[in-house]
Amino acid sequence: MAEFFRQVAVVTVKDLRAELRTKEAVNASLAFALVILLMFSFAFDPMEDTTREISGGLLWIVFAFAGAMVLNRSFAREQPNDCLDALIAAPIPGAALFLGKAFANFCLVMAVELVSLPVFGIFYTVHWTSQFPQLLMVLLLGGWALTVVGTIFSALTVNIRLREVMLPMLTYPILVPALMGAMQLTAGLVNGKPISGDNLSWLKMLIGFDVIFTAVSLVLVETVLVG
Amino acid sequence: MRDKILMVLGVTAMALLARNILVIAGFPNEANQGAIFKIIFFHVPVAMAAMLCAAASLIGSVMFLLTRNFKYDALAVSVTEVGLAFLAANLVTGSIWGRVIWGIWWTWDARLTSALVCWLLYAGYLMLRRAIEEPTQRATFGAVFSIFAFIDVPIVIFSIKWWRTQHPQPVFWGGGSIPGDWYLAALLNLLAMILFGIVLTSVRLRQEEAQRELDSLRRTAHAF
Repeated sequence: MAEFFRQVAVVTVKDLRAELRTKEAVNASLAFALVILLMFSFAFDPMEDTTREISGGLLWIVFAFAGAMVLNRSFAREQPNDCLDALIAAPIPGAALFLGKAFANFCLVMAVELVSLPVFGIFYTVHWTSQFPQLLMVLLLGGWALTVVGTIFSALTVNIRLREVMLPMLTYPILVPALMGAMQLTAGLVNGKPISGDNLSWLKMLIGFDVIFTAVSLVLVETVLVG
Repeated sequence: MRDKILMVLGVTAMALLARNILVIAGFPNEANQGAIFKIIFFHVPVAMAAMLCAAASLIGSVMFLLTRNFKYDALAVSVTEVGLAFLAANLVTGSIWGRVIWGIWWTWDARLTSALVCWLLYAGYLMLRRAIEEPTQRATFGAVFSIFAFIDVPIVIFSIKWWRTQHPQPVFWGGGSIPGDWYLAALLNLLAMILFGIVLTSVRLRQEEAQRELDSLRRTAHAF
């Protein structure tokens, strides 16, 4: 077991190091997040009260779009020099490779989320600090849902035509329940209401989604990678 | 032999459908909604047929991953296409009903949204398959995605239900008072749809088999 987690850590560190040296995915993703935040200001009046009500939804649309850019790169990065074949041939289980990549993606997605959150707060006068610990929990859970589904589909789409289009096409419909939960919870939290009542069931749903899709991905990843 | 069975099934489905249309046309109009209510005799059976297709597609996908037999992959893709057509019919009939009764073509209600998400999921499955050239990889990745989609469907339905529901509560199996012969008409329509689905799937299955044969012949030709 310790060996397994060491292998996971090696893959995670490798991916993060490669990303931090080039910063290609994170930079693109952050810039994209900013552009979407700018576009939203034209779609509706940023000073309206209704903006605050729908802010949870807007925020997660930004995260989902920007996250797809990080996830797209995850396996695509391994394509030059046949690195992916080398990784698959490495003496580690597919699950370790998958989890390692997922953790690295998770760090990057969280970085993008945590940078765009204050920017969003400033641009749209949203008080995101009032329930920060709970908001952070929702960000972590929603971020993991996005990452785990995105990583397995990133492996699925790495070799195909139109990769950049296919990944979001496949990922977003699967993510609908998780995104709905995260949007619902975030909208409440940025309006200063702690999680309670109905929102507790959304939280449970989000946790359930994470657990189910992590488990299914771990079962199927060997099939995806090795064939 | 297979052709004859298919012909018989197809003709039975057509005859059953014709009979049902005649019978349903003879029913009195519903008191509040009028004639448009009768669309439910098609709306509900196609939805159920679509669900059966999704289940069959899951079985085909899992069996392919277990056995690596391309027959199951062909089954999965054929039945998904047919199911997608059924679901599209369900969405369209629902939309027509909504236009007459609610005055709008579409509303973001729980069932409508779930049906649309399911449709998009399985459309994604077909798009994914089209984008992969290599047959083994196409079948494997398709099967994996199909399993993901099938697991997602109950969660989608469940979670979207927590959003407000505007769709009428189930009429046939939800404790409503429906005359016995109306039940029968709905059930027979379901049977007709299932037979129709089997015929379509078999035709599509044969297409897949022919395609595979062609591919292998082409590969053999290239080898020389």
